[in-house]
Amino acid sequence: MIDSVRHSSTEDLAPGDRQSHSASIAAYTVGLGFALLLTAASFIVSQAHLLWEPGVAVGLAVLAIAQMGVHLVFFLHLNSGPDNTNNVLALAFGILIVTLVVSGSLWIMANLNGNMIPHSVLMEMQR
Amino acid sequence: MSASASEIGVPTAIAAFGGDGPAPVRIVVGYGFWIFLLSDIIMFSALFAAYAVLSGQTDGGPTPHSLFELKHVAIETLCLLFSSYTCGLGSLFIERRRLKLFFILFAATFALGAIFLSLEFSEFAGMLAQGAGPSRSAFLSSFFSLVGLHGAHVTVGLLWLAFMMAQVAAQGPRAYVLRRILCFSLFWHALDIIWVAVMSLVYLMGARI
Repeated sequence: MIDSVRHSSTEDLAPGDRQSHSASIAAYTVGLGFALLLTAASFIVSQAHLLWEPGVAVGLAVLAIAQMGVHLVFFLHLNSGPDNTNNVLALAFGILIVTLVVSGSLWIMANLNGNMIPHSVLMEMQR
Repeated sequence: MSASASEIGVPTAIAAFGGDGPAPVRIVVGYGFWIFLLSDIIMFSALFAAYAVLSGQTDGGPTPHSLFELKHVAIETLCLLFSSYTCGLGSLFIERRRLKLFFILFAATFALGAIFLSLEFSEFAGMLAQGAGPSRSAFLSSFFSLVGLHGAHVTVGLLWLAFMMAQVAAQGPRAYVLRRILCFSLFWHALDIIWVAVMSLVYLMGARI
């Protein structure tokens, strides 16, 4: 089988494939460093009183999304190169569905919660 | 057949495949597995949505704040992060045919994954012993389905990892073995991405409620 590792600049890359082997140990190490920093920042933000209280959730969400980005770029080797278009497009579609599922569920359930008859009123009606 | 047909017809057929013929098997396999991983992440997103909606519904039972131990979570996170690193380096070295380094790094990946799983099991066992099982409240049902599903993925990943090490030992770094290792390392990195979301949404946010 010749198809094992044949990299040229004109062909597509499989997800997880890297373009040059010499750079990739460094890329993994840089990615690990960034991920460690972001993880430490998440723990600090959630424990220490650094951020304004209601903003902590937003801060944690931003740090989590940044760390997922670091994982995608440094560990899964997704980038904006022309040979990576298919992988990035598939990822974009995945992100669209995930956003719809999560934000849609939260939105609908918050609305339902708002429209529910309060428990005390319900008890009153059954009497 | 005239000379012009071979000059015009064949290049046109090749152009239809995007330049130099159909993509190599490695690209097709990796892309297909990438699609599977994205669908797996979409399945997880439904459980994340359920957890986000239900995390406040404790039914008078234990709250996230009283159950979660962040020291535990920090060790679990470090285990998964470093196992992702060793897995990435291991798949790099098998492509360079450095088998010894591959075995050392994948054994380290296995050990770190096993430590993660044992920590998670002891956490679950402790919660069950406190009467905080999945049937206690809607919060705990959604907690156990989300975190438990991630743990199940890690268990399957460890089995797959052991299988790949055995396969490399038995058959050497052949093309199809390398393709399976590519898929495994994609799977393992994706699990780490999902854990980042679990750590932030479930544990770090939960510890504040």
